[in-house]
Amino acid sequence: MANFYTDNTDLKFQFQHPLMKKIVELKEQNFKDSGKYDYAPCNVEDAIDSYDKVMEVMGEICGNTIANNAEQVDHEGPVCENGRVTYAAGTRQNQEVLTQAGLYGMSLPREYGGLNFSMVPYVMAAELVGRADAGFANIWGLQDCAETIHEFASEEIRKEFLPRINAGDTCSMDLTEPDAGSDLQAVMLKAEWNEEKGMWMLNGVKRFITNGDAQIKLVLARSEEGTHDGRGLSYFVHDQAWGGVTVRRIENKLGIKGSPTCELVFKNAPAKLIGERKMGLIKYVMSLMNGARLGVGAQSVGISEAAYREALKYAQERVQFGKAIIGFPAVYEMLGVMKAKLQASRAILYETTRFVDMYKAYGFIAETRKLTPEERQEAKKYQKLADMFTPVLKMMSSEYCNQNAYDAIQIHGGSGFMKEYPVERIYRDARITTIYEGTSQLQTVAAIRYVTTGAYLNQIREYQQKAVRPEFEQLKKILIEMTDRYEEACAMVSGKDNSIIDFHARRLVEMAAHIIMSYLLLIDAQNNADFIKSAQIFIGKSYAWNQERYTYIANFTDEDINAFV
Amino acid sequence: MDKKFRIVVLAKQVPDTRNVGKDAMKEDGTVNRAALPAIFNPEDMNALEQALRIKDRIAGSEILLLTMGPTRAADIIREGMFRGADGGILLTDRKFAGSDTLATSYAISQAVRKLNPDIIIAGRQAIDGDTAQVGPQVAEKLNFPQITYAEEILEISEQKITVKRRLERGVEIVSSSLPVLVTVTATAPECRPRHAKQLMKYKHARTLSEEQTAGEGYMPIPEGYEYLRIPEWGFSEIGGEESGYGLAGSPTKVKKIENIILQAKESKKLSSSDEDIDTLIKELISSHTIG
Repeated sequence: MANFYTDNTDLKFQFQHPLMKKIVELKEQNFKDSGKYDYAPCNVEDAIDSYDKVMEVMGEICGNTIANNAEQVDHEGPVCENGRVTYAAGTRQNQEVLTQAGLYGMSLPREYGGLNFSMVPYVMAAELVGRADAGFANIWGLQDCAETIHEFASEEIRKEFLPRINAGDTCSMDLTEPDAGSDLQAVMLKAEWNEEKGMWMLNGVKRFITNGDAQIKLVLARSEEGTHDGRGLSYFVHDQAWGGVTVRRIENKLGIKGSPTCELVFKNAPAKLIGERKMGLIKYVMSLMNGARLGVGAQSVGISEAAYREALKYAQERVQFGKAIIGFPAVYEMLGVMKAKLQASRAILYETTRFVDMYKAYGFIAETRKLTPEERQEAKKYQKLADMFTPVLKMMSSEYCNQNAYDAIQIHGGSGFMKEYPVERIYRDARITTIYEGTSQLQTVAAIRYVTTGAYLNQIREYQQKAVRPEFEQLKKILIEMTDRYEEACAMVSGKDNSIIDFHARRLVEMAAHIIMSYLLLIDAQNNADFIKSAQIFIGKSYAWNQERYTYIANFTDEDINAFV
Repeated sequence: MDKKFRIVVLAKQVPDTRNVGKDAMKEDGTVNRAALPAIFNPEDMNALEQALRIKDRIAGSEILLLTMGPTRAADIIREGMFRGADGGILLTDRKFAGSDTLATSYAISQAVRKLNPDIIIAGRQAIDGDTAQVGPQVAEKLNFPQITYAEEILEISEQKITVKRRLERGVEIVSSSLPVLVTVTATAPECRPRHAKQLMKYKHARTLSEEQTAGEGYMPIPEGYEYLRIPEWGFSEIGGEESGYGLAGSPTKVKKIENIILQAKESKKLSSSDEDIDTLIKELISSHTIG
């Protein structure tokens, strides 16, 4: 009886973060639902206690049902027949058990059947599912679509669709097309208003759509004839029951095989408009993407956790040269770094989640009353922090989960290359995380502006203000030195041609990321001894990693770029 | 269907004997309860699922858990409520201590009379005693028809219930009038998980004894939340003959306990050749081990 929540104390620790009190208070708005809904909390402690208890249920389902089904689901996969997708048997069981446990629609308000949880436990649930079966994490995570409906759709659409999420209806977000991948401005799927039916009609093709045969679909389509860029795109909701969408084929993939990736044909598929016309890409999809990137962050941390545990277990059991291989420096260094990367990614995952929680909660309060100037300012502050942390989280956690999966196989030696051990599946599943919902290269594009504006630097200096205990002063000194170096590196490219800044962008973003994650580990280590080793390891490694990047930038002359082009 | 059913599920808190360590037994051969976690008896969980399925089909039906045990057995009632039961009663009294199956079934049948259910569903047996007696004895005392070894409740109406029984060599479909007692086997579907909303709703459910022993944390149940009170029934609530309860009402006496250590007696070495495998299969068929 494995429980993926209770066997990992790092998770419960997140609920003790000082900002949680504020988050819960904002989310529950003076606990107005208490008395109205019998499962609503009456105070902060009660709410946190509910998060904890519900995570325990989630952890049990992940540790037993979902993890146990993972191998079979990977093997069997979904099938496409007559334009419809059938999940693997294990996927169906996962879906059923989670629905029975009432765990869909976690973050939705109670009036729509949700649990009104803050983003922290919701993201935690996604991490747990990611650890159990990364492929299933996509199907689970697509309930994010409900967030988008809740945030931007009319009350009528909210009432029509949201209660179905808790009842277990599945979702998909249909964005990419054969000629519109990273460049969503090129979306061609056509939406035309049909006066007779009082609905929009969708026609065209979508490709690489995760869980494409879902009951509730959010579709990005061109509503403004004759336009060619993002400003002609609107966002729609389509109900499978309305007909008109068929699955042409599903992709045969390297990993996350349990999650069907579909090519869809829309033939006069009726749809309803979400929010305002022309805002599809520039507002709603951007917001949805941020949510999805948070989801990939959670999934990546889950995969890292799974990889680390498999590696640790094997290294403890495998005996060579008369002792368990964990006793050899080459192996224990790998394990130490894996754990440091895992905990560093988790730290930035929940830091980002708290920022998202804060500004979203204010957003919903703003629907019912005018925010005070202080509140508006605070909402804005956290929105900016969320925006600048999300690409860093997505990039770093997905890259780290790949590195951890790689090392996990390495520790298994030849056995890791065989199908008998779960690491080969973890390795294949990890690979997509640096690609979908925006590649690491695109995350860099999103993040570089916060390097050049100095926003990351400011946030790092904020962290620097926090006091640490005397025994951590030395580590902090290293971080301050790293920060100075980062500042210098930024100055070296400042004012240069954009092509030079773009060329060094990844290096600079990573330098900032290493410092941010180091600080987060150092801060956690003040309250929890479980983070001390990872803080030491991560700061030591980060110093060297940043030094390498610094040296490269310092030695680089503008002409050097010609060797690449 | 108009008829709404009142279902009583009999459940027991048992030491988890499925994964026993070295310290599971005391020197004298009795169970070391302290070393084993207390859990919801597994087959009672299957029974609860059958009850929940009736409630799924016939909205408005009510499920009550009935358990007998010490104060901490209130966990069983809460666990049931987290999974969809509407409430429960804890049968607890010093007078009930030391009950064997006969005295237990007497206490339970007395409590059931007060609850007046249409259906009683219980697990086939508990993993601590493995007697499979309490369910049938309760039915006898109440003069209810009983269906044992149930795997699935196929149909239910005001007049009758149809049940699939899992027997050693096949299945049997039987019907009975109501009220009825059904015992459920481990081959029946597993119980559904805790439901998030039920869990949050009932997490503060407690008995009066729990509230009083909580000491500093003592907080009375606020008005409007009376459903959080788990009633405790003792001798004075269920009545009956005092001599029928506890040790006095228990004719079972343990005469002797013996520790049995299993040892392999003989072994046979076989090669993987076709002849050896053939010989083995024939031997197993002739001894009726397989076939």
